[in-house]
Amino acid sequence: MRTKSQVYTPPVRNSAGAESDLTKLRIAILEAASIAREGHVPSALSILNILYCIFLEDLKEFDLEPRDFNFILSKGHASLGLYAVLAKAKFFSEGWIHEFGKFNSDFGGHPDRNKVNGVLASTGSLGHGLPMGVGMALAHKARASKETVIVLIGDGELNEGSNWESLLIAHHHALSNLIVIIDQNQSSERAIKMEYLLEKLNAFGMQTSEIDGHDHQQIISTLFLNESKTPKVVIANTTKGFGVREMENNPAWHHASPTAEQFLVFVKELQK
Amino acid sequence: MRREFCESASEIVRNNENAALLLGDIGVFGFRQVLSEFPLRAINIGILEQSMVGVAAGFSLAGFTPIVHTIAPFMVERALEQIKIDFGYQRLAGNFVSVGASFDYAALGCTHHCPADISILSDIPGTNLFIPGTAGEFEHLFRSNWNNGKLNYFRLSENVNSVSYISKSKLQLVKSGESATVIVVGPILDRVIESTKNLDLDLIYLNNLGPEELDFSGIEIKGKKVVIIEPYYSGPVLQRMSSYLELNDLRVLQIGIPRKFLTNYGTPEEHYSSLGFAPRDLYQRIKGFIGD
Repeated sequence: MRTKSQVYTPPVRNSAGAESDLTKLRIAILEAASIAREGHVPSALSILNILYCIFLEDLKEFDLEPRDFNFILSKGHASLGLYAVLAKAKFFSEGWIHEFGKFNSDFGGHPDRNKVNGVLASTGSLGHGLPMGVGMALAHKARASKETVIVLIGDGELNEGSNWESLLIAHHHALSNLIVIIDQNQSSERAIKMEYLLEKLNAFGMQTSEIDGHDHQQIISTLFLNESKTPKVVIANTTKGFGVREMENNPAWHHASPTAEQFLVFVKELQK
Repeated sequence: MRREFCESASEIVRNNENAALLLGDIGVFGFRQVLSEFPLRAINIGILEQSMVGVAAGFSLAGFTPIVHTIAPFMVERALEQIKIDFGYQRLAGNFVSVGASFDYAALGCTHHCPADISILSDIPGTNLFIPGTAGEFEHLFRSNWNNGKLNYFRLSENVNSVSYISKSKLQLVKSGESATVIVVGPILDRVIESTKNLDLDLIYLNNLGPEELDFSGIEIKGKKVVIIEPYYSGPVLQRMSSYLELNDLRVLQIGIPRKFLTNYGTPEEHYSSLGFAPRDLYQRIKGFIGD
């Protein structure tokens, strides 16, 4: 069944508490990358609000009850963002910041489910997360479990055919317990542009939404408020490197990490 | 063997609510009953092998033990990265049951051949490799291993032996002799028995390569000469003997499917014959090597 897209407007500012948390999380991401001289910082920053809403946002503020969900970060190179949020959510200690990327560390440039508490799937090679999410959603249906599966993928990752195969499966099996979030941070611009993405997803029978991926009201409303009889796909428009002006939409920073001096400059900017 | 797979897997799905069956649009008629009885966990997922393996991994992450089935090259070669990462690296349990073997679909040509499957999967650490030689061997191996919590690959073959060898030991002695040791894998045992009937050698049979080195303790390689005969690209058995070889000064002859595209059609038997697997040709090669 084809469904219409839903565009949520207008944006609502995030609460002061959330913004304060997000500043600390951005600093944690930058610090870990700066110490390790490794990591995909802009990709982590583009999805930080989304991860915060999934793991940390107080749903009661939005008149919602907490839900059981499984989360897969398919764009595993944004692991810095996931580690920062999982540490804040007490899955492990803040010590990860100093361990990131080290030889014996649990916290690598891509997350390992067998090492990191809270990481459901080991990702890194793009196009693997959504098929696994579809399998989990099918498994939950087979068990009549009410858990929702949330898979976060990148827009560039949509080049991988396995995503489109999986959408075919998800639609065929009417996986209403599956939510796919596309981090639309313009990563695909330099190769295959994902033009008419909403139309493509609608043609695949998804219930689609397009939101500001940095606006918590929109994220929460879209993820948790609307029931669906079909798989839900949320196009989250984000800015790569969001919050750090030097990094925003600057391809030079894609896989670059700040020096100690740059880190201090960025912290100053974030704390303004 | 395919019929036995349908029967065993259907029974497993019926009796185990944590078993899931995923078909790549292959074997659908044979599984029609169980597909109809358990539509939520016995699914003809479609012709999309990469996603099929990923979906199977999702089932495994959710606590199911998946059984995945399609033609060998589309499973092993097309979806190799999914098997490697989603199952191997993540240490997830799953069963991959292929049809077609090296060239069972001989008349369909190279696209449906898969003589590389066992050597490819040998490079995914922790993968159990099962190459049954009869339907009975498949049934035993499948029923006793499908729920072992590991990554398992079962290679179904159309070509089968006349006798089943079922044992806890991976290395099973078929006949004894003195001049050499021949190790043969899976469904080509009968032709190797025929080819070595007049040769004085040990004949050891294998249908379970396991995930790692084979245990050769207590086994003497006769005449310090070993012939390894495999119904796919040769190498995996020798790979599993490396520690043994390090300690023993042996001469080795490997006989396997040649590494070339087999562009003929016809029947599997015609391919075997043209590739030197006719009993008379095997006899000549083995005899020449052991010097009898």
